Amino acid sequence: MHVSMSVNGREVSGDVEPRTLLVHYLRENLGLTGTHVGCDTGYCGACTVHVDGISTKSCTMLAVQAEGAEITTIEGLASNGELHPVQEGFWERHGLQCGFCTPGMIMQSAYLLAEDNNPDEDTIRHGLDGNLCRCTGYHNIVKAVQYAGARMRSEEPDAPDWEEEGT
Amino acid sequence: MTSTISPTTTTSALGGVVHRKEDPALIQGHGKYTDDIKFTGEVAAAFTRSPFAHATINSIDTDAARAMPGVHAVYTIEDVRHLGTLLAQVPVGALRPLLADGVVKHVGEAVAMVVADNRYLAQDAADAVSVDYDPLEAVIDLKDALSDRVKVHDSLDSNLLISWVGPFGAEPEDQQKVKADIDAAKEGDDVVTVSQEMLNQRLIPVAIEPRAVVADYNPGYGSMTVFSSSQIPHALAGAIGKTLGLLSNQVRVVAPEVGGGFGAKLNVYSDEILVSWASMQLGHPVRWTETRREAAHSTVQGRGWVATATIVGTKDGEILGYQLEGIADMGAYTQNFTVAIPFLGLFVGSGQYKMPTWWKIDCVTTHTNTTDAYRGAGRPEAAYYLERIIDMYAREIGMDPAEVRKKNYIPNDQFPGAVSPVGFAMDTGDYGTNLDALIATSDYAGLRAEQKKAREEGRYLGIGLSSYVEVCGFAPAGLAELGFSWSTYGLPAAFSGSGLVRVNPDGTATVQIGTGPSGQGHETTWAQIVSDRLAIPVEHVKVRHGDTGDSPMGIGTFGSRSAAVDGSATYEASQRVRAKAAKMAAHLLEASEEDVVFANGGAHVAGSPDSSVTWAQIAEIAYMPHKLPEGMEGGLEASVVFNPSNATWPFGAHLAVVEVDAETGNVDLLRYITVDDCGNVINPMIVDGQVHGGIAQGVGQALFEEALYDETGNLLTGTLIDYPLPTAADLPTFELSRTVTPTDINPMGVKGIGEAGTIGSAQTVVNAVVDALAPLGVKHVDMPLRPRRVWQAIQEAKG
Repeated sequence: MHVSMSVNGREVSGDVEPRTLLVHYLRENLGLTGTHVGCDTGYCGACTVHVDGISTKSCTMLAVQAEGAEITTIEGLASNGELHPVQEGFWERHGLQCGFCTPGMIMQSAYLLAEDNNPDEDTIRHGLDGNLCRCTGYHNIVKAVQYAGARMRSEEPDAPDWEEEGT
Repeated sequence: MTSTISPTTTTSALGGVVHRKEDPALIQGHGKYTDDIKFTGEVAAAFTRSPFAHATINSIDTDAARAMPGVHAVYTIEDVRHLGTLLAQVPVGALRPLLADGVVKHVGEAVAMVVADNRYLAQDAADAVSVDYDPLEAVIDLKDALSDRVKVHDSLDSNLLISWVGPFGAEPEDQQKVKADIDAAKEGDDVVTVSQEMLNQRLIPVAIEPRAVVADYNPGYGSMTVFSSSQIPHALAGAIGKTLGLLSNQVRVVAPEVGGGFGAKLNVYSDEILVSWASMQLGHPVRWTETRREAAHSTVQGRGWVATATIVGTKDGEILGYQLEGIADMGAYTQNFTVAIPFLGLFVGSGQYKMPTWWKIDCVTTHTNTTDAYRGAGRPEAAYYLERIIDMYAREIGMDPAEVRKKNYIPNDQFPGAVSPVGFAMDTGDYGTNLDALIATSDYAGLRAEQKKAREEGRYLGIGLSSYVEVCGFAPAGLAELGFSWSTYGLPAAFSGSGLVRVNPDGTATVQIGTGPSGQGHETTWAQIVSDRLAIPVEHVKVRHGDTGDSPMGIGTFGSRSAAVDGSATYEASQRVRAKAAKMAAHLLEASEEDVVFANGGAHVAGSPDSSVTWAQIAEIAYMPHKLPEGMEGGLEASVVFNPSNATWPFGAHLAVVEVDAETGNVDLLRYITVDDCGNVINPMIVDGQVHGGIAQGVGQALFEEALYDETGNLLTGTLIDYPLPTAADLPTFELSRTVTPTDINPMGVKGIGEAGTIGSAQTVVNAVVDALAPLGVKHVDMPLRPRRVWQAIQEAKG
């Protein structure tokens, strides 16, 4: 089947098997490998992208269902060489280790903060509970989102919670 | 909204926070994991897997699959039997055939491999392979397996593969005497004996990146290039070479970005061998990426012990003896370190304590997926039993659990070199100070007062404690002393730590290490080590790893070993480069070598910072040797293999506060407080991150996770829906601090931190839940403490 959509501001189109998942179309047809596949059941959230501005697990959607949609992936989040505040927050607050869940986690966090840029910790934690991370225990992910929220409100982020040590 | 492209980095030396060099690629979707790296002309593999835990294979019909469009080949054991079994580094037990050979021995065992144009077509064809099975009785229960009522392997005498007994290294009669003496102590006057059988349930590691491998054999060059999601690229290269008849320098294995490992990628897998072999047969690069369901069925699992812990002690808290006796599940086939995992538990079998200890774990084979390393690997299990039974003993004698622990620690005057009751010499320790720090930082007395108040209000608030000691930083010298002989190991691989440091002509540095990190931040930490020694800015130090084609030999990343062993090697290599460069700088500065100081990206004369040269200037003469003085060797490069005299022994103490809803059995983890001691710290941000993740995995075991098999060997928890990982909403913000007791066996005094959080945490949470429910008479609940199980325990305690 023929499919066309806008991905990261670029018009793309091509022929796919009807059963092709959106995530496979992004990764294998468009080469956008920043969006990851971590499970078979729509549970881990590593494949999270924005479809018409809505945070969406791209393994739960067929490519043909995205006909005409505007897709943003992790590769399209930074603009004009500037990181999105959530990307900056993940770097500043050590919100990632292996980095595999990170694109989905960042896309979901950006969506949460677009809805409400001043969420409390509980809201952040429940807002991210569809995205699994096995490395960080979420501690620094929450800090990263709080950092990004502060930046989006043009406030000074809280200080990091680590201390310098000498050896 | 504005953003900086570079985060704030405060310090570059050892001990300072440096934001990770890894991150810019990973936060922008530019990180390249194995499944992201494409080869021209590649084809895809898929596997047909057994639906039975134990069955005879009468026939395999591959005709329909072969006839499907886009299918290149269908392979069974007949095609690959000549290659032998999968290799393992500790080959005790029955090794895994590359594909099922006549009999399947666990659900999910690979029976046939299909290669087709793409993964969709390959999976279609794998589904079309028809296998005729005769199901046989499977043995799943550990005690049943130990009875040998049903044998897993005809080739073995028994399902019992090996028993690990402590005190380790003692003669059997001396071990028996330790046991008999503890048994005798139970008969003494005024003693208390507490005993409990406990399950330490099987777990699925669940790295969020599924395993993936792609192999490209080039017959012209005779070269095999393999990208794999592996923690041990050098060992994998050795296994591929030995199995496929290639020389080790014909095989290049690259572990690119690896999306979590946790021990599950500390293995060589039959799919990695088969994909490589198929590339040689077909003349195409061949790729395979597991599904999450396949990960649950064919990537190794962890834990899986049932054991009885027993303590005998006085009524005033002196522990007179500790015994642990139980069974550990090895699964159907031995893979890389399978039977060695409980042995790692024995290393820390007596924890931080001084009481006589007798310890025995039988390793049995069952009709289930293989077990092997999972974060902590034997040590969380050992710590769980010991720290649970100490809590039960403390409750029995009515003494505070912190006080009991402190009373029985190995005293400081035994260090360095204290020999534990299970027979291992430990580097350094200061356990009392560490626990005192936890008592202080958690306001333990205040928490107990809060608990008292909560109980008066009818709320079930619990406080759990645990100490732990870890063993990590393994390297050959330390193991050779324990009687390991490397010649018995089943695949050609190094077991050493190494580091190669080179200063380049432009004054930057490149580091090559034989590790295989999966999120531990080696590129940053190693840059700090080199920057500390050479005064080259961190941003000018490039760390390369995980590529057997361009790194010195190394065993990989596991067992919290990389900084202590490979990091020490890199430190020493930097020292050698520095010594060589000092001579060159002295020549340029017309100064004495002893007066050369390295600082600010170059060298200067002590006391005269203006009389300086840059690293680029030093490198210029190093690489233009005609500019060097007569007799001085050119180049600015050194490679060191570091061989420590012992493993390292980090330790710590953890505390959890929980509230249990006695009506529903729901457990709410309110606070989690740690004081870990991993020796000196290179990057506190990264060390804290390791602890966070470790805690989450221990809490996951305590509260949520269980790889559950039914009696016929079906895995009931093969997806992330049935196997719940902790989510952000399940965990609190963690409260971390440290004591610092450096090791004396490596130059930086670092011990290791990768597994500490996991080793300390499961029992801490369970202790807290049981503490919460103590007023109801609950003494023990087996993990995972999901609401139904907690609710049932409450009902049973109520009678």
